[in-house]
Amino acid sequence: MIAPTLVFGWGNPSRGDDALGPLFIDRIAAMRLPGVECLTDFQLQVEHALDLENRRRVLFVDASLDAAPPFTVKLLAAVRDASFTTHAMTPEAVMQVYVELHDEAPPPCTLLAIRGERFELGEEVSSAAASHLDAALAWARTWLAG
Amino acid sequence: MSFELETAISPERLRRVAIDPVSRVEGHGKVTILLDDDNQVHQVRLHIVEFRGFEKFIQGRPYWEVPVMVQRLCGICPVSHHLAASKAMDMMLGVKQLTPTAEKIRRLMHAGQILQSHALHFFHLASPDLLFGFGSDVAARNIVGIIAAHPEIAKKGVLLRKFGQEVIRMTAGKRVHGTGSIPGGVNKSLSADERAELLKDIYQMVAWSRDAVGMIRQLFEHNLAEYNDFGRFRSSGMCLVRADGAMDLYHGGLRARDADGHTLFDHFDYARYWEVIAEDVKPWSYMKFPFFKSMGPDDGSYRVGPLTRVTHCDSIPTPLADKAREEFIAFDGGSVAGATLGYHWARMIEMLHAAESIKDLLHDDDIIGGDLMATGQRQERGVGVIEAPRGTLIHHYRVDESDQVIRANLIVSTTHNNQAMNTAVREVAKKYLNGREITEGLLNHIEVAIRAFDPCLSCATHALGQMPLEVAIVGADGTVIDEATRDHRGLIRALA
Repeated sequence: MIAPTLVFGWGNPSRGDDALGPLFIDRIAAMRLPGVECLTDFQLQVEHALDLENRRRVLFVDASLDAAPPFTVKLLAAVRDASFTTHAMTPEAVMQVYVELHDEAPPPCTLLAIRGERFELGEEVSSAAASHLDAALAWARTWLAG
Repeated sequence: MSFELETAISPERLRRVAIDPVSRVEGHGKVTILLDDDNQVHQVRLHIVEFRGFEKFIQGRPYWEVPVMVQRLCGICPVSHHLAASKAMDMMLGVKQLTPTAEKIRRLMHAGQILQSHALHFFHLASPDLLFGFGSDVAARNIVGIIAAHPEIAKKGVLLRKFGQEVIRMTAGKRVHGTGSIPGGVNKSLSADERAELLKDIYQMVAWSRDAVGMIRQLFEHNLAEYNDFGRFRSSGMCLVRADGAMDLYHGGLRARDADGHTLFDHFDYARYWEVIAEDVKPWSYMKFPFFKSMGPDDGSYRVGPLTRVTHCDSIPTPLADKAREEFIAFDGGSVAGATLGYHWARMIEMLHAAESIKDLLHDDDIIGGDLMATGQRQERGVGVIEAPRGTLIHHYRVDESDQVIRANLIVSTTHNNQAMNTAVREVAKKYLNGREITEGLLNHIEVAIRAFDPCLSCATHALGQMPLEVAIVGADGTVIDEATRDHRGLIRALA
């Protein structure tokens, strides 16, 4: 049985604040919410379009250098962008891959961008990012209950 | 390999064009080109911003953590690091022979990695150039453009990659950050259900991989002169081979041949790799330039990866891939075996080999066995080498008596290919850029040459990966004459 809600966070757990996506997933998964599946990866790739199949809604979660602290929330639309490297494949492009593969609109997708500051290999999550994560989790509890 | 165009005689009199970063390449690379007033090329350099924090990241950790931690060095080929580190730690534990189940589970995991990585590269990163043309409309030259124009091809690419990821998930225990391979063996084998699940789809994967070999062959047949000549240069090469000379991407001895095909060393024990390989440094690059010691730094550079492996092995131990290898070697009198774009064809032959290997392993009862671990006499040092999707990957560790790593040295395939990639882009610059106005389409020719090697510059954060392409033409006095940027959606915007 495929869970109607997918929460997909990405990032490298050993690259400082890039861990925000995987940490968010760990915390949500620990809540064992009914109807919610949690997935994580280092970055978005084409095959993740297949993870959107048969969902009612999807929450993408990533660390961001651009988001206003503590986090921003945006409803996404499929976009045919270049996403030059697979490191940078955007959730919008993943949605577009879904459209092209299935010839139908993907489920509604929302991006939760949590503000990060430092992304060096071997660094711990910064204290600022940790508080941003807490704020994002508080928002997500309400969103997931909706 | 030649060093022509590496360093201009009077660089201060030339203008500079930069491709920064190179797109559809994992990580962060930059190309600088120095041109005179007549657009004649005087210098071309590929700068790879290599992260040198690997060793520091690993030092001080207990050895048993290393195969898991090294996966975080690279989000693109974590399984390659996982297995190379495991092999090094096998040696450190004195394990000379894994149990049949452990070795076959690791080989299955590696074949899954080869399959998904090669599928991603060919269908996602390289096919936009090959199907639309090197200088085609940049807005269409990407994976969604491929899906729109060739939906069946793109779908196969996505599903091949998904299948490879499933093989990894079942053998490594998790979709990412797997723990399946551990020093001395593995911590799980396949369940009967997992085996049955993979068997359902593997024959389709073999068929699609075979189709992909046919597709790249057709592309060569239709564009033979251009493909054969594109970024072509003579080069030595190195790869692992099995004891009988057959291709073996998981284990073997090192084989090296010079550009004339003469053997430099064969079945060399990789645990002593430093006796045959050294690394040169150049003042303009952070990344090292490996070379064969017997030939010296000026003549001893070499290339690794699919093209070398397919042309250096005596056979491929799966029938469809071996037949494809024979046809590749024989095609047009053997001309493609030395072509830079021959990497794409060789890569698809390896993808077919990986699919066939997965099929064979799934029919082997050892993969559901329970004998997972071997033991041996503890050593201080361990070296692990595998043929990763992009080429030879070396992990070398020293561990103290309290089981902590005190020294680590990694030589990744992109470093082995550093000189080869520089030579390829110089050959392309000479042929396509000399005397012409620089356009995005022409600059993409440089990137096509780099992408043929599928370099994994690894470990750039995805924030770095989102940097746009920037091109600046700078006058001799340092003023910016023209400038343009290509944003993350592929849109070109003139700035000056």
